[in-house]
Amino acid sequence: MTAALFLAQRLSAVVLAFAVAVHIGTILYAVRGGLTAGEVLARTRGNGWFLAFYLAFVLAVAIHAPIGLRNILREWTPWRSRGLDLVVAAFGVLLLFLGLRAAFAVFV
Amino acid sequence: MRASHTQPGFLAALLHRIAGITLALFLPIHFLALATALNGADALESFLRATSHPVVKFAEGVIVVALALHMALGLRVLAIEFLPVRERTRLAVSLCLAAALAVGLVFLLNVA
Repeated sequence: MTAALFLAQRLSAVVLAFAVAVHIGTILYAVRGGLTAGEVLARTRGNGWFLAFYLAFVLAVAIHAPIGLRNILREWTPWRSRGLDLVVAAFGVLLLFLGLRAAFAVFV
Repeated sequence: MRASHTQPGFLAALLHRIAGITLALFLPIHFLALATALNGADALESFLRATSHPVVKFAEGVIVVALALHMALGLRVLAIEFLPVRERTRLAVSLCLAAALAVGLVFLLNVA
């Protein structure tokens, strides 16, 4: 792993440690007594702080996950070509697009 | 089996990776599910109702455990790399597993 990828992986991990802790707390709170779309959207829609939080969360995930998958694939498979870098980068872009779309669907 | 594969550090790395792969595969599905809200609350409600089966709830519990475990084991990695600590690996891995399973248990109790 290059120094830049190592740094990006660890910096995004620090953001994610905080974000995941908050997300787990939110999940455990929100699922009590069952989830309904009305309840969820009433809490989330128009909540600018949580929108900002989840935008940062999605960005950190889109950086962290592809680098992690790249490391695993390079160690566990013989795939080490430029093609691997392109595929994991495309996966990161996909996560970013789907994640931002989901955040806007729930919070805007 | 190689001697290094019986070490708790190897188990920690393996669990960290399996949890990470699980989350990477789950995330696109999770994002697509949330995006049903783009078609209104009714669309999201239909999805939530369709996934209210106990088997799906259990699978969601597994994902929550994977999330908590990946975070806990990731904090261990950050502590080893950036803090002047000498960890007791067996204890650290046990605590990470216990914390993740406790989170999963609370989740399943809350959705039950």
